[in-house]
Amino acid sequence: MFDLARYIEAETLEEALDLLIENPKLKIIAGGTDVLIKIQHREIENTELLSIRKIKALEGITKLGNGQIVIGALTTFSIISESPIIKKNIPVLAEASISMGGPQIRNVATIGGNICNGATSADSASTLFAFNADLKLQNKEGERVIPIKEFYLGPGKVDLKPGEILTQIIISPENYENYGGHYIKYSMRKAMDIATLGVCAVCKLQRGSIFEEVRIGLGVAGPTPLRCTEAENFAKGKAVSPETLAEIGRLAVKASQARTSWRASKEYREHLIEVLSRRALSVAILRAGGEKIA
Amino acid sequence: MAYNVIGKNVQRVDAIEKVTGKAKYAGDFLERDMLVGKILRSPYAHALVKKIDVSKVKALPGVEAVLTYKDVPEKPFSTCGHPYSLDPHHRDIEDRHILTNKARFVGDAIAAVVAIDELTAQKALKLIEVEYEVLEPLLTPEEALKDGKLLVHEQFDRNILSDVGYQIGDIEQALAESDYIFEDEYETSIVHHCHLETNVSYAYVDSNNRIVIVTSTQIPFLTRRLVALALGLPTGRVRIIKPYVGGGFGNKQDALQEPLNALMTLAVGGRPVKLEYNREECMIDTRTRYAFKYRSKVGISKEGKIIGRDIFALANSGAYASHGHAIVMCAGHLFRYLYNYQAIKFKPKTIYTNLPAAGAMRGYGVPQITFAIECQMDDIARKLHLDPIEFRIKNLNDVGYVDPLSGVTIYSCGTRQCIEKGKKLISWDEKKAKYQNQSGTRRRGLGMACFSFLSGTYPSSVEVGGARIILNEDGSVQLQIGATEIGQGSDTVFAQMAAEVIGVPVDTIYVTSTQDTDISPYDSGAYATRQTYVAGTAVKKAATEVKEKILTFVSKLKDVPPSMLDIRESNVIFKHSGEAVMSLGDVALHAYYDKQHAAPITSDTTANIRMNAPCFGATFAEVEVDLETGKIEVVEIYNVHDSGRIINRQTAEGQVHGGVSMGIGYALYEQMLFDSKTGKPLNNNLLDYKLPTIMDIPAIGVDFVETEEPTGPFGSKGLGEPPTVSVAPAIRNAILDATGVAFNQLPITPQRAFEKFKQAGLI
Repeated sequence: MFDLARYIEAETLEEALDLLIENPKLKIIAGGTDVLIKIQHREIENTELLSIRKIKALEGITKLGNGQIVIGALTTFSIISESPIIKKNIPVLAEASISMGGPQIRNVATIGGNICNGATSADSASTLFAFNADLKLQNKEGERVIPIKEFYLGPGKVDLKPGEILTQIIISPENYENYGGHYIKYSMRKAMDIATLGVCAVCKLQRGSIFEEVRIGLGVAGPTPLRCTEAENFAKGKAVSPETLAEIGRLAVKASQARTSWRASKEYREHLIEVLSRRALSVAILRAGGEKIA
Repeated sequence: MAYNVIGKNVQRVDAIEKVTGKAKYAGDFLERDMLVGKILRSPYAHALVKKIDVSKVKALPGVEAVLTYKDVPEKPFSTCGHPYSLDPHHRDIEDRHILTNKARFVGDAIAAVVAIDELTAQKALKLIEVEYEVLEPLLTPEEALKDGKLLVHEQFDRNILSDVGYQIGDIEQALAESDYIFEDEYETSIVHHCHLETNVSYAYVDSNNRIVIVTSTQIPFLTRRLVALALGLPTGRVRIIKPYVGGGFGNKQDALQEPLNALMTLAVGGRPVKLEYNREECMIDTRTRYAFKYRSKVGISKEGKIIGRDIFALANSGAYASHGHAIVMCAGHLFRYLYNYQAIKFKPKTIYTNLPAAGAMRGYGVPQITFAIECQMDDIARKLHLDPIEFRIKNLNDVGYVDPLSGVTIYSCGTRQCIEKGKKLISWDEKKAKYQNQSGTRRRGLGMACFSFLSGTYPSSVEVGGARIILNEDGSVQLQIGATEIGQGSDTVFAQMAAEVIGVPVDTIYVTSTQDTDISPYDSGAYATRQTYVAGTAVKKAATEVKEKILTFVSKLKDVPPSMLDIRESNVIFKHSGEAVMSLGDVALHAYYDKQHAAPITSDTTANIRMNAPCFGATFAEVEVDLETGKIEVVEIYNVHDSGRIINRQTAEGQVHGGVSMGIGYALYEQMLFDSKTGKPLNNNLLDYKLPTIMDIPAIGVDFVETEEPTGPFGSKGLGEPPTVSVAPAIRNAILDATGVAFNQLPITPQRAFEKFKQAGLI
């Protein structure tokens, strides 16, 4: 039984934005897989919900003429993992999407909700970080587009201004074309689990043997998802070799802010960051047209 | 002996009902105007209630009743689902109140409300004002045992619930005569049953002023007694109805929420009240598996024979006794049937702490002790350069062994054949050779472990099962049993037994799956791997009686001696020719309506089983270890069981599948975690408690060595708990084989593996 004061469904984005202005207390619900749990655990009480799930304009995946891939915020993880556009252009995102929850959850959970929930463990986040995704946010006054990195402010905290709704996730061609990538969700179980560490490594090679660019996104390595800038800078222009990979792994740890909890120790987490960044990148190299690293 | 129905893969009698969702569980029944009960739980592991104020709650519209410790009977009671003991020294410890003013674990029930709906009840809980005096929590047995510590229960000095043990032979002499002595420590974790259906019941007072409780329980009759005792009412005033149950694994072998549920309906004038635990509540305020610590000292001869074993065991009972010292004593008993010893000393201590109460869970202490024993067998074999399998075989008990304390005799024993089969199934020798010189970060290894178990509780406890059979007018058969179907498939096995004995097709047997203490024959319930062995004997007895009555009845009708008659495929036939005399339908019609002879054919029997049958088996496991991440994957696993004759292979395999996955969880994934300072549960939900999913469990290989047990119905022995017993040590031994690293503590999580591999210089 849910402790709800009110439940409204908006049919269009305009209507939703109007309702948000009228009543700033409204809590937005899309798939509900995070919000309903909070209500059930009584973390929020007497909630007034604004459902946006009927807003068709926020669903779906398109590839624009300029090569930009636009994912509607209401697109579910099932849809993303099956999408021909995603599978062809950003297969890593399909990989990350299918690692999330179980089939029932993926059928309703949306990528926009996953991002707005602000969790460092979000299965979409490390991949979107690695692809330099932009987010389009809209309110009554207009819209703004910001890099995903700037959106995450802290644990459970995102840069969603009053009256604002996340409408689109945009990935530009220069960020995905000719890239190979791999996502490792390191969790205790193979399904129905939260990541102990999420690693998405993507790379672009020159002549199959030199790193033109490497980008590594990590989840659960700090209070928000993050990028391994030092490791990425080091990789630029280096020959693809076991030594380079090993060094990238070591440097990846530097970006992290791992801490000890009952789930895992800092030492173990840092060890995992090193090992799994290296492993994810070695698969990414193959997918970018490189050779297998022994 | 050739059977028609026994040993056949008969479809579960409840299969269609369950897969179509028509089967009704306790939470599926809707009473008009049913109220909802909720419990206020202590946020402290150890605290005294100084003041409790419920005045604000009573003012909340929709609240029908508020209960606190002031409203419950003063006399403490036991929740344990053991049959009553006529011996006053053998009774369960009465240490619990329905609601308490002394919190003994985080989640202890302090107060309760009854309201018109769940939300109102939840809001009401927030309005109860409690002032606590917080006491120092005792979170480990070692801590609780220290001098000068507080007592969880005043009457138990140093928090020792019991330290009764036993000795067989002269252990000092046995160890002195041994050529080698090995001593090691092994530790298991607190885990939860995680049955799919959480604890749920509803209660009302009927028109005869009797309390009726419809509940998800393994033990309807014992629950009736426990509820009556808890409320200080005559047993006859309580009626328990058990519909389908979504798993129990021992957790529902206690009276859990039922006494409070009864109190709730009494507080609202007998209106129906539903009391359902959510997963978070279920994981802290039901029962858990006792965590054990063992120190085991073993003496071995030069020839590789075990001479003696000296075991010290520390069992963490948590906040209340529940099954008390019985679990560690059961562990100390059941392992004895596997290997031969000249002397054993078993010195256990069961300790109260401020953690959730431990109780029965599949294996009843035996998975814990088997972990210690079977890990140590491999450790010894390694140190003495013995083949771990040969070392075990050399020490096995066999037919003719009589246990010196229980008097239980082994009449059938297939351990050797189980080992041979398992070895072959996993290709032990080939793989051992292949994996000899591995390098790299992923390594494979093989391990195995054996176990012994029993088919019931005799002679520790009384073993009776009741069955009632009625021949319907059309020649079909009603079968009522007191034993409870909780998912394990017992109803199907009983139907097969009745069909076999009477001589009818199994689909003409109608099993009443619901137990109702007003109606059903008495049986103490589903636990201790006793259903097929104990209740099965009752079913066989009832069916035999019905068959005899049918033949006697026909002999009167047809004027032929009953000895000339038999029943086959629902026809009474002449034994010598097979010629049909009468169809069973005709017989039944006469039994109901023949003016001269009418006397409906029924039987109502009880079997009192004063025997027990040891069952045996082995697990063989292959693992792949990722040294770099500490992840361990079970690649192949086989359980081979000697459970006597298998009545239904399909349901038997189902039991083994479930038990092995539970064992894999125990080995690699599951542990209940608590804050080391406050005792607050950290992972009492299925996201943070890592119950493995179907994706984490490999295909499970199952096989049986079908011995013929002379004391069991149709040669059968028990199979309910055994599948979970030897899995964890087999996996642990496989990891040892792959890496050379011995893990003596469960579960072997990636974090633990990382630490040990680092220590061992593997990474």
